[in-house]
Amino acid sequence: MATINTNAKTVTNGKAILIDARGPRFSATLTTLVLAIALVTHSAVVIALQLAIFTIGAFVGPQKTPYAWLFKNFIKPRLSGDVPTEDVRPPQFAQKIGFLFAVVALSGSLLSAPIVFTVATAFALAAAFLNAAFNYCLGCELYLLVTRATHRS
Amino acid sequence: MRTLAPLALVLVAATAYGVWYQRSRGRITTGKSKKQQKSASPGLTGIEIGADLGSRVTLVQFSSAFCSPCRATRALLTDITADMADVQHVEIDAESHLELVRRLDIRSTPTTLILDSAGVEVGRAVGAPKRDQVITALAAVH
Repeated sequence: MATINTNAKTVTNGKAILIDARGPRFSATLTTLVLAIALVTHSAVVIALQLAIFTIGAFVGPQKTPYAWLFKNFIKPRLSGDVPTEDVRPPQFAQKIGFLFAVVALSGSLLSAPIVFTVATAFALAAAFLNAAFNYCLGCELYLLVTRATHRS
Repeated sequence: MRTLAPLALVLVAATAYGVWYQRSRGRITTGKSKKQQKSASPGLTGIEIGADLGSRVTLVQFSSAFCSPCRATRALLTDITADMADVQHVEIDAESHLELVRRLDIRSTPTTLILDSAGVEVGRAVGAPKRDQVITALAAVH
């Protein structure tokens, strides 16, 4: 195979940090539950909690969140078979998108703009649910579209 | 505002989208869609993709950074094409080839184009393709 024009920064390569691919999917399941509760109850506390988790996932790493801790200590020991690994950057990208939506949602909640809260939480929930139920890859679908729209060649 | 309606709406819409997503991702389409006809003429050159075209088939894989299936797709296509002397597999970083990406209407990664010996697109797979489908598609190109 000819790997050409490889920008080591962007195309995955040897140096990438690999994590257990089942971790982010478990985290997405918990995120779905928490965001569903937030959406129904309109609780600022619940969305703030999820925002805190997104913040860790986005800026420290998706393998460092409390959800990931639960996975590592309670779920992973019960799983058998080969450990599927993935580059840490795709799930971290998804955490950043979640972080943005949660910031908007919490702002809407605190500024008494319930429609802003509802729409932002709904999008975050949709993304988390798609990830959990369909192994949806947000970075695959979103990143190139955004780059295409915002960059000249 | 405290109703279950938004939750129900999100779950129904996301499920519909998710089912479409899982069905469409990885499927190799060989039909002559308008997009493919547009990109098919006149055909990609070795210079455009940065590597020589395969003597029979070239697989051009567009990848990006935040893409787990890109890694799996690279491994799969590398493995399949390893002992096929007439098939070339080229991986392109989509982000640094936006002009090509726009012209070929690449919207998500991984997207793999199947080119014939003239560089004309005869099929494409959006998402990680399945091994047997790739092998079938490769065998169909002459």
